Amino acid sequence: MAKSNTSKKSNDKGVKKPNVKSGSNSKADPSVEDLQKLYRDMLLIRRFEEKAGQLYGMGLIGGFCHLYIGQEAVVTGISSVQEPQDTVVTSYRDHAHMLACDMDPKGIMAELTGREGGYSRGKGGSMHMFSKEKGFFGGHGIVGASTAIGTGLGFAHKYKGDNGVAVAYMGDGASNQGQVAECYNMAALWDLPVLFVIENNQYGMGTSVKRSSAGTLYRRGEGYGIPGEQVDGMDVFSVQDAARQALDYIRTGNGPYILEVLTYRYRGHSMSDPAKYRSKDEVKTMKDDRDPITAIKDMLQGKGVEEAEIKEIDKEIKAIIAEAAEFAQESPEPHEDELWTDVLVEV
Amino acid sequence: MPTNILMPALSPTMTEGTLAKWLKNEGDSVESGDVIAEIETDKATMEVEAVDEGTIGKIVIAEGTENVAVNEIIAVLLEEGESADDIGDVSKDAPVSTPKADSADSEPDVKPQSDASAEQHDGKEIENRDILYAQGVVIEPPPFDEASFTETKEMTVRVALRDAMAEEMRRDDTVYLMGEEVAEYNGAYKVSEGLLDEFGAKRIIDTPITEHGFAGMAVGSAMNGLKPIVEFMTWNFGMQAIDHVLNSAGKTLYMAGGQLGCSMVFRGPNGAASRVGAQHSQCYASWYAHVPGLKVVAPWSGADAKGLMKAAIRDPNPVVFLENEMLYGATHEVPTDEDFVIPLGRAKIERSGSDVTIVAFSIMVGKALEAAAKLAEEGIDAEVINLRTIRPLDRYTILESVKKTNRIVTCEEGWAFSGIGAEIAALIGEHAFDYLDAPLARVTAADVPLPYAANLEALALPQAEHIVKAAKKVCYAD
Repeated sequence: MAKSNTSKKSNDKGVKKPNVKSGSNSKADPSVEDLQKLYRDMLLIRRFEEKAGQLYGMGLIGGFCHLYIGQEAVVTGISSVQEPQDTVVTSYRDHAHMLACDMDPKGIMAELTGREGGYSRGKGGSMHMFSKEKGFFGGHGIVGASTAIGTGLGFAHKYKGDNGVAVAYMGDGASNQGQVAECYNMAALWDLPVLFVIENNQYGMGTSVKRSSAGTLYRRGEGYGIPGEQVDGMDVFSVQDAARQALDYIRTGNGPYILEVLTYRYRGHSMSDPAKYRSKDEVKTMKDDRDPITAIKDMLQGKGVEEAEIKEIDKEIKAIIAEAAEFAQESPEPHEDELWTDVLVEV
Repeated sequence: MPTNILMPALSPTMTEGTLAKWLKNEGDSVESGDVIAEIETDKATMEVEAVDEGTIGKIVIAEGTENVAVNEIIAVLLEEGESADDIGDVSKDAPVSTPKADSADSEPDVKPQSDASAEQHDGKEIENRDILYAQGVVIEPPPFDEASFTETKEMTVRVALRDAMAEEMRRDDTVYLMGEEVAEYNGAYKVSEGLLDEFGAKRIIDTPITEHGFAGMAVGSAMNGLKPIVEFMTWNFGMQAIDHVLNSAGKTLYMAGGQLGCSMVFRGPNGAASRVGAQHSQCYASWYAHVPGLKVVAPWSGADAKGLMKAAIRDPNPVVFLENEMLYGATHEVPTDEDFVIPLGRAKIERSGSDVTIVAFSIMVGKALEAAAKLAEEGIDAEVINLRTIRPLDRYTILESVKKTNRIVTCEEGWAFSGIGAEIAALIGEHAFDYLDAPLARVTAADVPLPYAANLEALALPQAEHIVKAAKKVCYAD
C-alpha cells in the first residue's frame, strides 16, 4: 500500500475544502420525515443517557460512565450520511455511537449494568463494547487509541477494496496525543479512507481547550496535506453537510479528512465530575440557546407538525428506554464461568 | 612501511564476512575516500572506502572469498616510493588481533547441538486448554510428532523466519508485513529479504518511525479482518507501542465477550545484541508474558523459528514473537514441509538427562547445551528444555523433568527480578516442592542496565560457564 512516488499530490491537495454538492438532506430544505428521523435519533441518545445517569445514581452502573448529553447532533449527523460498509470507532464516551450504529439499546444498557445480556456479556462495561455486525469497533478507554485503531480500520478497507470509510472519533483532549499525529501522517501518506472526527466539547476532563491546545485543531492536518474543517456541532444539518462532503471526498480516493465539530457536554466529564471548571451560566446558555434537539423540535413545529405528533415520538422513545432499563436490571449477572472464557481464542 | 588494509567490522554483530568484489586492482592508485571493495556483512552489502592514499600493492584475499574474519589483512597499500618487494609475509594465517574474541558474543568452539534422540512427551489434545491454563491447572502440552518431519535443509534462522512468513503469505491473502525498513531496505536485519519483490508494496509495507501509531493501526486492521505481522526493528522500540499491544490487542477479545479479537503477530529482535548499550539491549519476555490475552514465543533454532512463526501467524490471537539478533546468522537443519507448524505451548527437550534440569529459551538454549556438554565431561547428565513458548508456559514438561532430576537451573538473558525464572521458581514451589533435592538456581543478567564496555558487557550477560557453575551447585558438586 506504500506509494512508490512519495512526493505525491500532497501539495496540490493542499487544505482546500472539497467542492461537493449537497445532497437531498441539505440544510436548505429538510423534509418532515428527515426532521422526524433526526429528532427520534437524537432523542433516543438523550433519553438513554439520562436513564444511564439515573441507574448510575441508583448504584446499578459502576465505575466510569461518560454521558453524551448535549453532543447528540455530532454522531447523529455523521452516521446519517454514512454507508453500510463504513466502520466506526471512538473513545470512552461511546454509548451514543453505538446507538447511532443501530446497536440494540437493551444490549448496551445491560452492558452498563454488567449483566449477561450486555454486548460483552458484562465483561467490557461502559467503555468497552463492540459489534462487528454493526461495524462498531469500540469503545476504547485509552485516550488517543481510537485514532490509531480507526486508521487501521481504514487501512483494511483499502486493502480489501470494499469502498468503506472508517470514521475515527476522538475528543479535543485526545487530539493532542502523539499517536494522533503519527496517524495523520500515515493516513495521508497512504491515502487511507479515514474520517477523523474531533468532538471538541471544549474540555478535556477539567482542562479547557484554551489551556491545553495550541493552534487550531482542524488545521493540525495541514502539514500532512489533510483538509480540515470546523463545523457547528450543535446544528445537526451543519454536521450532516460537512460529513457528507468529507465522506464523498474520502470515498473517491482522496485520503483522509479532519472534521472538528464544536459541541458541548451538559454533564460533567464522567458521573463523578462536579464540573466546577466552568460556570453554570455557560452551561445554561448552551442548553437554552443551542440545544440541538430543541432546534429540531422547533423546526418540526414550524412545518406545522402538531405537538401531539411530536409527543408520540417522545412516548415511543420513552418506551424503548424503559424496556432497555428493565432488561438491564432483569438480565442476570454473567455466570461465574465467564471469568475464564474469551481470554484467548481456543486453537 | 606498506599499510595493511584489514577486513572491517561493519555491524555490531559482524565477526566475519564475504569479500564480494574488488573495485581496485593491484597497481591501481587510490585516494582516501575511494571505494575499493564491496563486503557482504551479516546484514547487507557494504562499500569499503580507503582511509590512506597510495597504490594497491597486493590483494591478499581474492574476491568471492567467504568467511573472512574481521581484522584479517585483505590487501596491502604501498606509499610513494615503495614497491611490492617491500611487502613482507601477509599470508592468511598471519596473526591479527581480534578484539571481538573477548566480547560476550564470541562463538563457542563447539556448536551447541540438540540431541535428536531426546525423548519428547506425546502430549494430548485437551478441550478448553486455555481456560485450564488460566486456572493454573497443569496440563499436558499439545501433541506434536516433530521427528516425523525428516526432510530438512540447512538454513539460517534469518531465512527460516523469512520463509515462514512467505509461506503463510502465499497461503493467506490477508497476511501482510508492516514495519520500519521491511520493504525496500529488505529489513534492517535482512529478515524480510526478497518479500517486497514477491508480494509487492500492498503487502510489504515500509512505515514511518512511529511505533505507537503503526502498531495501533495494525490492531485496527486486524479487528477489520486482516492478519498483520508487525515488525519492531527491535523490541526496545516496541516499548513505544506497548499500550496497543496490551490494551488494544491483548484485551479486546475479553472486553468484547469473545465476538472480536486480533489475530496478529508482533515480532522483532529481543534482548542484547552486541555492544549496543543499555537502551538497545533488554529482554522483554517477562513484560509480555505477564499479560493474559497475549501469547509469547521465543525461538532458538532455525526449526523453532520456522515452525513457531508459522504457528504464530496462524494463531487467532495476538502473539508476541521474540527473536534474537545474535541468532539470526546461525545455521540449523530446518524441516522443509510446509505443514511444519510447532504448536504454541509446547516445550522441546533438546537433551535428555537425569541429574539436573536446565530450562532456557532463545539464545540461552545454545548456552545451556554448551553447558550440558561441559557438565557431561564432569559426569553430570543434564536435561535441557527449550521452552519455545513463554506464554502459555509448558508447565507439564518442566515439572515432569524436575520430578525426574530433582534439581533445576533456569536461564534467561533478562534480569532476575520478576523474570521468567522467578515464575518457574513459583511453579516448582507450588507443584514440585517435595521433589527438590536442592534449592533452585537462576542464571540471569546482572541486575544493572547493560554496559557498553566489552569486558563489562561480558560480565553482565549470562554465559555457559555460569550455567555450569549453577548446575554443579544444585548437584552439590561445586
